[in-house]
Amino acid sequence: MSDAPLATEAPRDVIHSAPPRAAESDFAVRLRANSEYVVIPLLALAIAAGLFAIFLLALGKSPADFIFYVWRGGFGTSFSLQNTLQRSAPLILTALAVAIPARIGLIMIGGEGALVLGGFASAALAIPMLGHVPPIPTLIVMGLFAMAVGGFWVGIAGYLRYARGVNETISSLLLTYIGIAIMNFFVEGALRDLTDPNKPSTKPLGKAYMIGTIPGTEVHWGLVFGLALCVGLYFLMSRTTFGFAARVTGGNFRAALAQGLPVGRLIVACSAIAGACAGLAGFFEVAAIQGRANASLAAGYGFTGILVSFLARHNPLVIPVVAILFGGLVASGGLIQRRMDLPDATVLVLQGLIFVVLLTSETLYGRFPIFKPRGERDRT
Amino acid sequence: MTATEISRRTLLRTAALGVAGATLGLGAAGRAFAAKDLTVGVVYVGARDDFGWNQAHAVAIKALKDVPGVKVVEEENVPETDAVSKSMESMINLDGAGLILATSFGYYKPFVVDLAKKYPDVEFRHAAPLWNKATDPKNAGSYFGYLNQAHYVDGVAAGLSTKTNKLGFVAAKPIASVLSNINSFMLGARSVNPKATVQVIFTGDWSLPVREAESANALVDAGCDVITCHVDGPKVVIETAEKRGVKSCGHNASQAPLAPKGFITGAEYKWITIYKGYATDLAAGKPLPNFEAGGYEHDYVQNTPFGAGASPEGQKAALAAIEGLKAGKPIYVGPLKDNKTGKVVIGKTYGNLDPYLDQMDYLLEGVVGSTT
Repeated sequence: MSDAPLATEAPRDVIHSAPPRAAESDFAVRLRANSEYVVIPLLALAIAAGLFAIFLLALGKSPADFIFYVWRGGFGTSFSLQNTLQRSAPLILTALAVAIPARIGLIMIGGEGALVLGGFASAALAIPMLGHVPPIPTLIVMGLFAMAVGGFWVGIAGYLRYARGVNETISSLLLTYIGIAIMNFFVEGALRDLTDPNKPSTKPLGKAYMIGTIPGTEVHWGLVFGLALCVGLYFLMSRTTFGFAARVTGGNFRAALAQGLPVGRLIVACSAIAGACAGLAGFFEVAAIQGRANASLAAGYGFTGILVSFLARHNPLVIPVVAILFGGLVASGGLIQRRMDLPDATVLVLQGLIFVVLLTSETLYGRFPIFKPRGERDRT
Repeated sequence: MTATEISRRTLLRTAALGVAGATLGLGAAGRAFAAKDLTVGVVYVGARDDFGWNQAHAVAIKALKDVPGVKVVEEENVPETDAVSKSMESMINLDGAGLILATSFGYYKPFVVDLAKKYPDVEFRHAAPLWNKATDPKNAGSYFGYLNQAHYVDGVAAGLSTKTNKLGFVAAKPIASVLSNINSFMLGARSVNPKATVQVIFTGDWSLPVREAESANALVDAGCDVITCHVDGPKVVIETAEKRGVKSCGHNASQAPLAPKGFITGAEYKWITIYKGYATDLAAGKPLPNFEAGGYEHDYVQNTPFGAGASPEGQKAALAAIEGLKAGKPIYVGPLKDNKTGKVVIGKTYGNLDPYLDQMDYLLEGVVGSTT
């Protein structure tokens, strides 16, 4: 039994199944090599779906029902589809916050902190501007400031890594907690809106200063910016000297040093880009969803983004696909809880299975001769 | 199985017709169902079995399911972001819910308000006194229990069950409703035991299990022999108190099973009174009230049955206090001073539901601890 979300990858499958010509063109060689990156994850997803089906059967529930509800709750109606896209918007940005440092060999998991601080900073900056500056310039300044603050925050972890050898995974995680604490400190103190005695928050932006939705939909603009950034950052990391230098550094740090690459600046820059992406996600949470900054900003998007990035193998172009798959799973999670009487953790079990199976499938790369080009050339 | 449930055929049809077909075909079926019966959609911010706030609602929802003609759909662990809008909208669009109960504070603004405007035929009720007659939609509303009345009763029972006259309170954040619970607990204890003091520690957030355990331990070390709390999940505090061999009073839901030796009583909501009221009003075609708030006088709060920790005289006094509250006997009898500067902050006697008390930002004399 296949899993419904697989349907989103179907077009790629079609491309791959076109039979290669006998005399292989350069394109066919590429197709052969790249199809490995499609077939193996699909296989992994199918295995995860199979394991999850066993789990459901053990609970006495029908896997067919589950697939139906994932489809219906996540993709099957126009409401469901928008629900999925809306939920995937912050995940795309927070996944980029993991993927970019991963290219330079860093495991940064501080997206949550950059999101919270970026969102808070933009809300705080907006307070004196409300009513004095028109909405559009205010929002632009807010967005840029959120990116700057987020970039600075994760940039710290990058700098500490380069200059002091501090483990960036640990430091970025700890910086997340500090970031949330800083927001709480101001939101419960100096910047608190005193008209609301019970939920400490900053002053509301008000409807006029909120970012609207994409016309004709209920999805906010964060999705568009996320997709644009995915494309832009893909080009930055794959088609520019900056990206090349970053990937060299990620591949072999000592070799990069020996080549005279500006390793320190590259590391801090990649970290700052990552933080800026997460900070932008925070800005959209404030300007499109919450309308003010408070503890609800720390909703875990930064942490789910880690998962999304790993599943996308840190490829910015694959991130939207995985994020939408995840958004769909989360969106349908509610319907599954309600209709199948399964606990909220069910979807987490499926996510966990996918994660483990996909990571395990890493070992399969390069082991199937069918993906090797004819002749001895090794392009992988 | 209802019209909206799955069958092999709908599955195939959905796949075949794609997005548009599914929207038209199944969406219409969902609406038709809504006209016959009442579907109530409930969203919780945490787990339904958290021994706290969410459980208090879930227990009442379970009782609501027994009301004929009422179908309930529930979703737990829904964060206070647009996720909750989407969950509620999904209940309306896919389950045909006619009444939404949003049980967490942060759901109201902007999510419940915006959705109520978008779906004028659906009733929304939110568990905090936030509905504003002037600005908010008429199909939205608030319900709230004044739990401080039940904390007052806790205080009465605790004041006569303590030996050291020192009571401990683990609190999350110094906001109005928490401060009122602490002050009421102290006033209850002092009403029967003038020597009693309440020592409070604020943990700083709603759910910090490690710090809650540390705080409970610190209070026991300081000589407190009754511990109570106002945090999201009181489980850790009550279990720590039991382990340290001191008595405890609960909060939000029943924690009696967690402390077989030391449990005195606990402050609990009684949401079922409100929920059943909504269901009967809707069945009778009557408009729902927009704002409902109260304590014992409206049967919206209750105390957990006494545990082994409650002294006989404490039980007697607590039951008498409950009768008093039902008759509207005031808790805040002025003048009362704050515990920091000795300034009179409550100048006269206020009724238990007086809005003046909702603005509380001080701890009263008799409480040891500070809001900052």
